[in-house]
Amino acid sequence: MLGDAYTYLTQWSNWTGSDGMLQLMFEQLLLTFTALAITVVFALPIALYLGHIGRGGFLAINISNIGRAIPTFAVLVLLSVGFVGTAELGPYGRAGLATLIALVLFALPPVVTNGYVAIREVDKDIVEASTGMGMTGRQVFWRVELPLAMPVIMAGVRLALVQVWATATIAALVAGPGLGNVITSGFYNSNYGKGLAGAFVVAVVAFALEMLTFGAERAVTPVHQRRSRRSEAPRPTVGAVM
Amino acid sequence: MTVLAQAGTTVAAAADDPSCYSRLTNHWVCLSYWQDRSTDLIDATQQHLQITVLSVTLGLVLALPLSVIARRFTRLKVAILGLSTAFYTIPSIALFPILVVFTGITMTTVVIGLALYTLTILVRNTLTGLEAVPDDVRESATGLGYGSTRLLLKIEFPLALPVIMAGLRVATVSTVALTTVGSLLSYGGLGELLLDGVQNDFKAEIFAASVLCVALALSLDVLLLAAQWLMTPWTRARGA
Repeated sequence: MLGDAYTYLTQWSNWTGSDGMLQLMFEQLLLTFTALAITVVFALPIALYLGHIGRGGFLAINISNIGRAIPTFAVLVLLSVGFVGTAELGPYGRAGLATLIALVLFALPPVVTNGYVAIREVDKDIVEASTGMGMTGRQVFWRVELPLAMPVIMAGVRLALVQVWATATIAALVAGPGLGNVITSGFYNSNYGKGLAGAFVVAVVAFALEMLTFGAERAVTPVHQRRSRRSEAPRPTVGAVM
Repeated sequence: MTVLAQAGTTVAAAADDPSCYSRLTNHWVCLSYWQDRSTDLIDATQQHLQITVLSVTLGLVLALPLSVIARRFTRLKVAILGLSTAFYTIPSIALFPILVVFTGITMTTVVIGLALYTLTILVRNTLTGLEAVPDDVRESATGLGYGSTRLLLKIEFPLALPVIMAGLRVATVSTVALTTVGSLLSYGGLGELLLDGVQNDFKAEIFAASVLCVALALSLDVLLLAAQWLMTPWTRARGA
Protein backbone atom coordinates (compact mmCIF):
# COMPACT_ATOMS: atom_id res chain seq x y z
CA MET A 1 0.00 0.00 0.00
CA LEU A 2 2.85 2.35 0.87
CA GLY A 3 4.53 1.40 -2.39
CA ASP A 4 1.36 2.16 -4.37
CA ALA A 5 1.07 5.51 -2.65
CA TYR A 6 4.68 6.32 -3.48
CA THR A 7 4.13 5.35 -7.11
CA TYR A 8 1.03 7.52 -7.27
CA LEU A 9 2.81 10.50 -5.75
CA THR A 10 5.85 10.25 -8.00
CA GLN A 11 3.89 9.97 -11.23
CA TRP A 12 3.81 13.50 -12.57
CA SER A 13 0.63 12.88 -14.60
CA ASN A 14 -1.31 12.50 -11.34
CA TRP A 15 -0.46 16.08 -10.45
CA THR A 16 -1.25 17.83 -13.71
CA GLY A 17 -4.43 18.18 -15.75
CA SER A 18 -7.93 19.30 -14.85
CA ASP A 19 -8.43 16.65 -12.10
CA GLY A 20 -4.77 16.53 -11.16
CA MET A 21 -3.75 17.04 -7.56
CA LEU A 22 -2.31 20.51 -8.21
CA GLN A 23 -5.63 21.73 -9.58
CA LEU A 24 -7.53 20.12 -6.68
CA MET A 25 -5.10 21.61 -4.16
CA PHE A 26 -5.52 25.05 -5.73
CA GLU A 27 -9.31 24.65 -5.61
CA GLN A 28 -9.23 23.67 -1.95
CA LEU A 29 -6.80 26.43 -0.94
CA LEU A 30 -8.98 28.96 -2.76
CA LEU A 31 -12.07 27.68 -0.91
CA THR A 32 -10.24 27.71 2.43
CA PHE A 33 -8.94 31.24 2.13
CA THR A 34 -12.19 32.63 0.71
CA ALA A 35 -14.14 31.18 3.63
CA LEU A 36 -11.59 32.44 6.14
CA ALA A 37 -11.57 35.91 4.56
CA ILE A 38 -15.38 36.13 4.64
CA THR A 39 -15.38 35.17 8.32
CA VAL A 40 -12.60 37.56 9.29
CA VAL A 41 -14.10 40.49 7.34
CA PHE A 42 -17.71 40.09 8.46
CA ALA A 43 -17.82 38.19 11.77
CA LEU A 44 -14.59 39.19 13.52
CA PRO A 45 -15.43 42.94 13.74
CA ILE A 46 -18.77 42.09 15.38
CA ALA A 47 -17.07 39.79 17.89
CA LEU A 48 -14.45 42.44 18.70
CA TYR A 49 -17.12 45.12 19.09
CA LEU A 50 -19.14 42.89 21.43
CA GLY A 51 -15.98 42.29 23.43
CA HIS A 52 -15.31 46.03 23.55
CA ILE A 53 -18.79 46.92 24.89
CA GLY A 54 -18.93 43.73 26.98
CA ARG A 55 -22.23 42.46 25.62
CA GLY A 56 -23.38 39.24 24.01
CA GLY A 57 -20.77 37.10 25.75
CA PHE A 58 -23.18 34.23 26.24
CA LEU A 59 -23.70 33.87 22.51
CA ALA A 60 -20.06 34.53 21.58
CA ILE A 61 -18.82 31.79 23.89
CA ASN A 62 -21.60 29.28 23.32
CA ILE A 63 -21.31 29.40 19.55
CA SER A 64 -18.18 27.26 20.00
CA ASN A 65 -19.99 24.70 22.13
CA ILE A 66 -22.80 24.45 19.61
CA GLY A 67 -20.38 24.23 16.68
CA ARG A 68 -18.64 21.25 18.26
CA ALA A 69 -21.82 19.17 18.51
CA ILE A 70 -22.75 19.62 14.86
CA PRO A 71 -21.06 17.19 12.46
CA THR A 72 -19.49 18.97 9.48
CA PHE A 73 -20.38 15.99 7.35
CA ALA A 74 -24.11 16.37 8.16
CA VAL A 75 -24.05 20.09 7.37
CA LEU A 76 -22.33 19.48 4.04
CA VAL A 77 -24.90 16.81 3.18
CA LEU A 78 -27.86 18.96 4.23
CA LEU A 79 -26.60 21.93 2.22
CA SER A 80 -25.75 20.04 -0.94
CA VAL A 81 -28.83 17.81 -1.04
CA GLY A 82 -31.28 20.41 0.12
CA PHE A 83 -31.05 24.12 0.26
CA VAL A 84 -28.09 24.93 -1.97
CA GLY A 85 -27.43 22.09 -4.38
CA THR A 86 -24.29 20.81 -6.03
CA ALA A 87 -24.04 23.17 -8.98
CA GLU A 88 -20.61 24.27 -10.19
CA LEU A 89 -19.42 27.59 -8.85
CA GLY A 90 -16.68 29.09 -10.99
CA PRO A 91 -13.20 28.21 -9.75
CA TYR A 92 -14.67 26.63 -6.62
CA GLY A 93 -15.79 23.55 -8.52
CA ARG A 94 -18.69 21.18 -7.97
CA ALA A 95 -20.90 21.94 -4.97
CA GLY A 96 -18.78 25.06 -4.55
CA LEU A 97 -21.44 27.21 -2.89
CA ALA A 98 -22.61 24.50 -0.48
CA THR A 99 -19.00 23.83 0.53
CA LEU A 100 -18.23 27.52 0.93
CA ILE A 101 -21.26 28.07 3.21
CA ALA A 102 -20.32 25.06 5.34
CA LEU A 103 -16.73 26.30 5.62
CA VAL A 104 -17.81 29.76 6.78
CA LEU A 105 -20.19 28.19 9.33
CA PHE A 106 -17.35 26.15 10.81
CA ALA A 107 -14.83 29.01 10.71
CA LEU A 108 -17.19 31.18 12.77
CA PRO A 109 -16.99 29.54 16.24
CA PRO A 110 -13.23 29.80 16.86
CA VAL A 111 -12.95 33.26 15.30
CA VAL A 112 -15.94 34.71 17.18
CA THR A 113 -15.19 33.11 20.55
CA ASN A 114 -11.49 33.97 20.51
CA GLY A 115 -12.16 37.50 19.23
CA TYR A 116 -14.61 38.17 22.03
CA VAL A 117 -12.53 36.53 24.77
CA ALA A 118 -9.36 38.26 23.54
CA ILE A 119 -10.82 41.74 24.00
CA ARG A 120 -12.47 40.84 27.32
CA GLU A 121 -9.23 39.41 28.69
CA VAL A 122 -7.27 42.64 28.23
CA ASP A 123 -6.23 43.82 31.69
CA LYS A 124 -9.01 46.05 33.04
CA ASP A 125 -6.45 48.24 34.85
CA ILE A 126 -4.81 49.11 31.53
CA VAL A 127 -8.16 49.97 29.95
CA GLU A 128 -9.06 52.12 32.96
CA ALA A 129 -5.70 53.88 32.88
CA SER A 130 -6.17 54.62 29.17
CA THR A 131 -9.61 56.09 29.79
CA GLY A 132 -8.16 58.07 32.69
CA MET A 133 -5.56 59.52 30.34
CA GLY A 134 -8.39 60.92 28.28
CA MET A 135 -8.59 58.38 25.46
CA THR A 136 -11.97 58.01 23.80
CA GLY A 137 -13.63 54.61 23.55
CA ARG A 138 -12.50 54.39 19.96
CA GLN A 139 -8.89 55.19 20.85
CA VAL A 140 -8.90 52.67 23.69
CA PHE A 141 -10.07 50.01 21.27
CA TRP A 142 -7.60 50.73 18.46
CA ARG A 143 -4.52 51.64 20.49
CA VAL A 144 -4.85 49.52 23.63
CA GLU A 145 -7.30 46.63 23.43
CA LEU A 146 -6.70 45.50 19.85
CA PRO A 147 -2.88 45.33 20.00
CA LEU A 148 -2.95 43.52 23.33
CA ALA A 149 -5.66 41.11 22.15
CA MET A 150 -3.93 40.31 18.86
CA PRO A 151 -2.24 37.01 19.90
CA VAL A 152 -5.50 35.45 21.10
CA ILE A 153 -7.38 36.74 18.05
CA MET A 154 -4.75 35.18 15.79
CA ALA A 155 -4.95 31.92 17.73
CA GLY A 156 -8.65 31.86 16.84
CA VAL A 157 -7.94 32.50 13.17
CA ARG A 158 -5.38 29.71 13.28
CA LEU A 159 -7.87 27.26 14.77
CA ALA A 160 -10.38 28.32 12.14
CA LEU A 161 -7.89 27.67 9.36
CA VAL A 162 -7.23 24.12 10.58
CA GLN A 163 -10.96 23.57 10.92
CA VAL A 164 -11.76 24.96 7.46
CA TRP A 165 -9.05 22.93 5.74
CA ALA A 166 -10.38 19.77 7.40
CA THR A 167 -13.97 20.55 6.47
CA ALA A 168 -12.98 21.33 2.89
CA THR A 169 -11.39 17.88 2.67
CA ILE A 170 -14.56 16.21 3.97
CA ALA A 171 -16.52 17.99 1.21
CA ALA A 172 -15.38 15.21 -1.12
CA LEU A 173 -17.62 12.75 0.76
CA VAL A 174 -20.60 14.67 -0.62
CA ALA A 175 -19.18 14.98 -4.14
CA GLY A 176 -17.70 18.38 -3.42
CA PRO A 177 -14.47 19.88 -4.71
CA GLY A 178 -10.90 19.60 -3.47
CA LEU A 179 -8.17 17.12 -2.57
CA GLY A 180 -10.53 14.91 -0.57
CA ASN A 181 -11.62 13.52 -3.93
CA VAL A 182 -8.29 11.73 -4.28
CA ILE A 183 -8.90 10.06 -0.91
CA THR A 184 -12.53 9.11 -1.52
CA SER A 185 -12.06 7.90 -5.08
CA GLY A 186 -9.07 5.87 -3.90
CA PHE A 187 -11.05 4.22 -1.12
CA TYR A 188 -14.30 3.72 -3.04
CA ASN A 189 -12.44 1.99 -5.87
CA SER A 190 -10.22 -0.13 -3.61
CA ASN A 191 -7.21 1.81 -4.90
CA TYR A 192 -5.85 2.31 -1.40
CA GLY A 193 -2.45 3.54 -2.56
CA LYS A 194 -4.14 6.48 -4.25
CA GLY A 195 -6.24 7.15 -1.13
CA LEU A 196 -3.15 7.13 1.04
CA ALA A 197 -1.33 9.44 -1.39
CA GLY A 198 -4.22 11.93 -1.19
CA ALA A 199 -4.27 11.71 2.59
CA PHE A 200 -0.56 12.36 2.70
CA VAL A 201 -0.81 15.48 0.53
CA VAL A 202 -3.74 16.79 2.62
CA ALA A 203 -1.78 16.25 5.85
CA VAL A 204 1.35 17.93 4.49
CA VAL A 205 -0.57 21.02 3.36
CA ALA A 206 -2.34 21.12 6.76
CA PHE A 207 1.03 21.19 8.51
CA ALA A 208 2.36 23.85 6.13
CA LEU A 209 -0.67 26.06 6.84
CA GLU A 210 -0.22 25.51 10.57
CA MET A 211 3.44 26.55 10.37
CA LEU A 212 2.55 29.60 8.30
CA THR A 213 -0.05 30.84 10.78
CA PHE A 214 2.17 29.97 13.72
CA GLY A 215 4.65 32.46 12.26
CA ALA A 216 1.89 35.03 11.83
CA GLU A 217 0.73 34.55 15.42
CA ARG A 218 4.27 35.02 16.69
CA ALA A 219 4.72 38.13 14.59
CA VAL A 220 1.74 39.85 16.26
CA THR A 221 2.72 38.78 19.79
CA PRO A 222 4.48 41.60 21.65
CA VAL A 223 8.10 40.67 22.41
CA HIS A 224 7.70 40.72 26.18
CA GLN A 225 4.86 38.19 26.02
CA ARG A 226 6.78 35.69 23.90
CA ARG A 227 8.97 34.26 26.60
CA SER A 228 6.44 34.04 29.38
CA ARG A 229 4.06 32.20 27.06
CA ARG A 230 6.08 29.00 27.25
CA SER A 231 6.37 28.61 30.98
CA GLU A 232 2.74 29.53 31.43
CA ALA A 233 0.33 26.72 32.23
CA PRO A 234 -1.37 25.60 29.01
CA ARG A 235 -4.65 27.32 28.41
CA PRO A 236 -7.60 24.98 27.93
CA THR A 237 -8.46 25.10 24.24
CA VAL A 238 -11.58 26.91 23.16
CA GLY A 239 -11.60 25.75 19.58
CA ALA A 240 -13.23 22.75 18.05
CA VAL A 241 -11.28 19.68 17.10
CA MET A 242 -11.80 18.25 13.66
CA MET B 1 -20.56 -1.94 -7.12
CA THR B 2 -22.38 -3.79 -4.36
CA VAL B 3 -23.16 -0.45 -2.78
CA LEU B 4 -24.74 0.76 -6.00
CA ALA B 5 -26.76 -2.42 -6.43
CA GLN B 6 -28.00 -2.19 -2.88
CA ALA B 7 -28.90 1.45 -3.41
CA GLY B 8 -30.87 0.46 -6.50
CA THR B 9 -33.10 -1.92 -4.55
CA THR B 10 -33.62 0.63 -1.80
CA VAL B 11 -34.77 3.20 -4.32
CA ALA B 12 -37.04 0.74 -6.09
CA ALA B 13 -38.67 -0.29 -2.84
CA ALA B 14 -39.12 3.31 -1.86
CA ALA B 15 -40.70 4.19 -5.21
CA ASP B 16 -43.51 1.65 -4.73
CA ASP B 17 -44.24 3.03 -1.34
CA PRO B 18 -46.74 5.89 -1.34
CA SER B 19 -45.35 7.18 1.98
CA CYS B 20 -43.64 10.51 2.50
CA TYR B 21 -40.18 9.05 1.90
CA SER B 22 -40.89 7.66 -1.55
CA ARG B 23 -38.67 8.94 -4.32
CA LEU B 24 -41.43 11.17 -5.65
CA THR B 25 -42.30 13.02 -2.47
CA ASN B 26 -38.91 12.75 -0.72
CA HIS B 27 -39.76 14.80 2.37
CA TRP B 28 -37.15 15.82 4.91
CA VAL B 29 -39.33 15.13 7.92
CA CYS B 30 -41.08 11.82 7.52
CA LEU B 31 -42.41 9.90 10.50
CA SER B 32 -43.14 6.72 8.59
CA TYR B 33 -39.48 6.55 7.63
CA TRP B 34 -38.54 6.57 11.32
CA GLN B 35 -41.04 3.76 11.93
CA ASP B 36 -40.30 1.61 8.89
CA ARG B 37 -36.53 1.85 9.16
CA SER B 38 -36.24 1.91 12.91
CA THR B 39 -33.87 -1.09 12.88
CA ASP B 40 -31.49 0.78 10.54
CA LEU B 41 -31.60 3.82 12.76
CA ILE B 42 -31.08 1.84 15.95
CA ASP B 43 -28.19 -0.17 14.47
CA ALA B 44 -26.45 2.96 13.20
CA THR B 45 -26.94 4.78 16.50
CA GLN B 46 -25.60 1.77 18.39
CA GLN B 47 -22.50 1.58 16.23
CA HIS B 48 -22.05 5.33 16.58
CA LEU B 49 -22.30 5.10 20.36
CA GLN B 50 -19.93 2.15 20.46
CA ILE B 51 -17.26 3.90 18.38
CA THR B 52 -17.58 7.11 20.39
CA VAL B 53 -17.41 5.42 23.80
CA LEU B 54 -14.46 3.22 22.80
CA SER B 55 -12.54 6.18 21.35
CA VAL B 56 -13.08 8.49 24.30
CA THR B 57 -12.24 5.70 26.76
CA LEU B 58 -9.04 4.88 24.90
CA GLY B 59 -8.22 8.59 24.75
CA LEU B 60 -8.72 8.96 28.48
CA VAL B 61 -6.68 5.86 29.28
CA LEU B 62 -3.80 7.35 27.26
CA ALA B 63 -4.24 10.95 28.39
CA LEU B 64 -4.17 10.42 32.16
CA PRO B 65 -0.71 8.77 32.38
CA LEU B 66 0.64 11.10 29.67
CA SER B 67 -0.41 14.12 31.74
CA VAL B 68 1.15 12.69 34.89
CA ILE B 69 4.40 12.06 32.98
CA ALA B 70 4.27 15.54 31.41
CA ARG B 71 3.88 17.11 34.83
CA ARG B 72 6.74 15.19 36.40
CA PHE B 73 9.27 15.58 33.58
CA THR B 74 9.34 19.16 32.33
CA ARG B 75 11.45 18.15 29.35
CA LEU B 76 8.80 15.76 28.09
CA LYS B 77 6.00 18.23 28.71
CA VAL B 78 6.67 20.29 25.58
CA ALA B 79 6.99 17.11 23.50
CA ILE B 80 3.79 15.54 24.86
CA LEU B 81 1.75 18.71 24.46
CA GLY B 82 3.19 19.34 21.01
CA LEU B 83 2.54 15.82 19.78
CA SER B 84 -1.00 15.64 21.13
CA THR B 85 -1.75 18.97 19.44
CA ALA B 86 -0.12 17.92 16.18
CA PHE B 87 -2.71 15.20 15.55
CA TYR B 88 -5.55 17.60 15.41
CA THR B 89 -3.91 19.53 12.57
CA ILE B 90 -4.40 16.51 10.31
CA PRO B 91 -7.96 16.36 8.94
CA SER B 92 -9.78 13.21 10.08
CA ILE B 93 -10.46 12.07 6.55
CA ALA B 94 -6.69 12.11 5.94
CA LEU B 95 -5.73 10.54 9.27
CA PHE B 96 -7.91 7.46 8.75
CA PRO B 97 -6.21 6.42 5.48
CA ILE B 98 -2.79 6.91 7.10
CA LEU B 99 -3.81 4.65 10.01
CA VAL B 100 -5.22 2.08 7.59
CA VAL B 101 -1.59 1.26 6.73
CA PHE B 102 -1.17 -0.13 10.26
CA THR B 103 -4.55 -1.50 11.25
CA GLY B 104 -6.39 -2.06 7.96
CA ILE B 105 -9.98 -1.17 7.15
CA THR B 106 -11.39 -2.03 10.56
CA MET B 107 -13.31 -0.35 13.32
CA THR B 108 -10.03 -0.29 15.28
CA THR B 109 -8.62 2.21 12.79
CA VAL B 110 -11.54 4.58 13.32
CA VAL B 111 -11.36 4.18 17.11
CA ILE B 112 -7.60 4.84 17.23
CA GLY B 113 -7.95 7.89 14.96
CA LEU B 114 -10.72 9.40 17.05
CA ALA B 115 -8.87 8.60 20.29
CA LEU B 116 -5.82 10.51 19.00
CA TYR B 117 -7.99 13.57 18.43
CA THR B 118 -9.34 13.46 21.99
CA LEU B 119 -5.75 13.61 23.31
CA THR B 120 -5.44 17.27 22.26
CA ILE B 121 -8.06 18.40 24.71
CA LEU B 122 -7.79 15.64 27.36
CA VAL B 123 -4.03 15.94 27.96
CA ARG B 124 -4.24 19.73 28.05
CA ASN B 125 -7.10 19.85 30.52
CA THR B 126 -5.78 17.08 32.78
CA LEU B 127 -2.44 18.85 32.98
CA THR B 128 -4.11 22.20 33.70
CA GLY B 129 -6.23 20.55 36.39
CA LEU B 130 -3.28 18.85 38.08
CA GLU B 131 -1.15 21.97 37.99
CA ALA B 132 -3.96 24.02 39.53
CA VAL B 133 -3.92 21.94 42.75
CA PRO B 134 -2.66 24.39 45.42
CA ASP B 135 0.79 23.65 46.86
CA ASP B 136 -0.62 24.04 50.40
CA VAL B 137 -2.96 21.13 49.81
CA ARG B 138 -0.13 19.00 48.47
CA GLU B 139 2.11 19.85 51.43
CA SER B 140 -0.62 19.13 53.97
CA ALA B 141 -1.24 15.74 52.41
CA THR B 142 2.47 14.92 52.41
CA GLY B 143 2.61 16.05 56.06
CA LEU B 144 -0.22 13.65 56.86
CA GLY B 145 1.90 10.83 55.43
CA TYR B 146 0.50 10.51 51.90
CA GLY B 147 2.90 8.85 49.45
CA SER B 148 3.09 10.18 45.92
CA THR B 149 0.72 7.56 44.46
CA ARG B 150 -1.88 8.00 47.17
CA LEU B 151 -1.50 11.78 46.85
CA LEU B 152 -2.20 11.55 43.12
CA LEU B 153 -5.18 9.23 43.40
CA LYS B 154 -6.81 10.54 46.56
CA ILE B 155 -6.05 14.26 46.44
CA GLU B 156 -4.84 15.54 43.10
CA PHE B 157 -7.13 13.70 40.67
CA PRO B 158 -10.30 14.45 42.66
CA LEU B 159 -9.38 18.14 42.84
CA ALA B 160 -8.57 18.23 39.13
CA LEU B 161 -11.81 16.41 38.29
CA PRO B 162 -13.91 19.45 37.29
CA VAL B 163 -11.32 20.53 34.69
CA ILE B 164 -10.81 16.95 33.48
CA MET B 165 -14.56 16.46 33.16
CA ALA B 166 -14.89 19.71 31.22
CA GLY B 167 -12.30 18.36 28.79
CA LEU B 168 -14.03 15.01 28.64
CA ARG B 169 -17.32 16.67 27.71
CA VAL B 170 -15.71 18.67 24.91
CA ALA B 171 -13.87 15.56 23.67
CA THR B 172 -17.02 13.43 23.74
CA VAL B 173 -19.19 15.95 21.91
CA SER B 174 -16.57 16.47 19.18
CA THR B 175 -16.03 12.73 18.86
CA VAL B 176 -19.73 12.12 18.25
CA ALA B 177 -19.62 14.66 15.42
CA LEU B 178 -16.37 13.25 14.05
CA THR B 179 -17.44 9.60 14.09
CA THR B 180 -19.54 10.32 10.97
CA VAL B 181 -16.34 10.67 8.93
CA GLY B 182 -15.57 7.02 9.73
CA SER B 183 -18.01 6.24 6.93
CA LEU B 184 -14.97 6.50 4.63
CA LEU B 185 -13.98 3.11 6.08
CA SER B 186 -17.60 1.91 6.39
CA TYR B 187 -17.50 2.31 10.17
CA GLY B 188 -19.20 5.65 10.60
CA GLY B 189 -22.33 4.87 12.62
CA LEU B 190 -24.90 7.47 11.62
CA GLY B 191 -22.41 8.74 9.04
CA GLU B 192 -23.21 5.60 7.03
CA LEU B 193 -26.80 6.75 6.72
CA LEU B 194 -25.63 10.25 5.75
CA LEU B 195 -23.42 8.83 3.01
CA ASP B 196 -26.17 6.55 1.74
CA GLY B 197 -28.58 9.46 1.86
CA VAL B 198 -26.39 11.78 -0.17
CA GLN B 199 -25.67 9.10 -2.76
CA ASN B 200 -29.37 8.34 -3.25
CA ASP B 201 -30.82 11.78 -2.64
CA PHE B 202 -32.78 10.33 0.30
CA LYS B 203 -33.81 13.32 2.39
CA ALA B 204 -35.68 11.57 5.21
CA GLU B 205 -32.63 9.41 5.91
CA ILE B 206 -30.26 12.42 5.93
CA PHE B 207 -32.51 14.38 8.24
CA ALA B 208 -33.00 11.48 10.66
CA ALA B 209 -29.27 10.74 10.85
CA SER B 210 -28.40 14.43 11.42
CA VAL B 211 -30.99 14.81 14.18
CA LEU B 212 -29.91 11.58 15.90
CA CYS B 213 -26.27 12.61 15.73
CA VAL B 214 -26.84 15.96 17.44
CA ALA B 215 -29.21 14.34 19.94
CA LEU B 216 -26.58 11.73 20.79
CA ALA B 217 -23.97 14.43 21.39
CA LEU B 218 -26.27 16.41 23.65
CA SER B 219 -27.40 13.32 25.61
CA LEU B 220 -23.84 12.23 26.30
CA ASP B 221 -22.97 15.78 27.36
CA VAL B 222 -25.85 15.83 29.86
CA LEU B 223 -24.89 12.35 31.08
CA LEU B 224 -21.30 13.45 31.75
CA LEU B 225 -22.52 16.59 33.48
CA ALA B 226 -24.66 14.43 35.76
CA ALA B 227 -21.71 12.11 36.42
CA GLN B 228 -19.56 15.08 37.36
CA TRP B 229 -22.28 16.34 39.72
CA LEU B 230 -22.35 12.95 41.45
CA MET B 231 -18.57 12.61 41.64
CA THR B 232 -17.82 16.02 43.12
CA PRO B 233 -20.16 16.47 46.10
CA TRP B 234 -17.75 18.94 47.75
CA THR B 235 -18.25 21.54 45.01
CA ARG B 236 -21.96 21.57 45.84
CA ALA B 237 -21.54 21.79 49.60
CA ARG B 238 -19.75 25.10 49.19
CA GLY B 239 -22.54 26.30 46.94
CA ALA B 240 -20.03 27.04 44.20
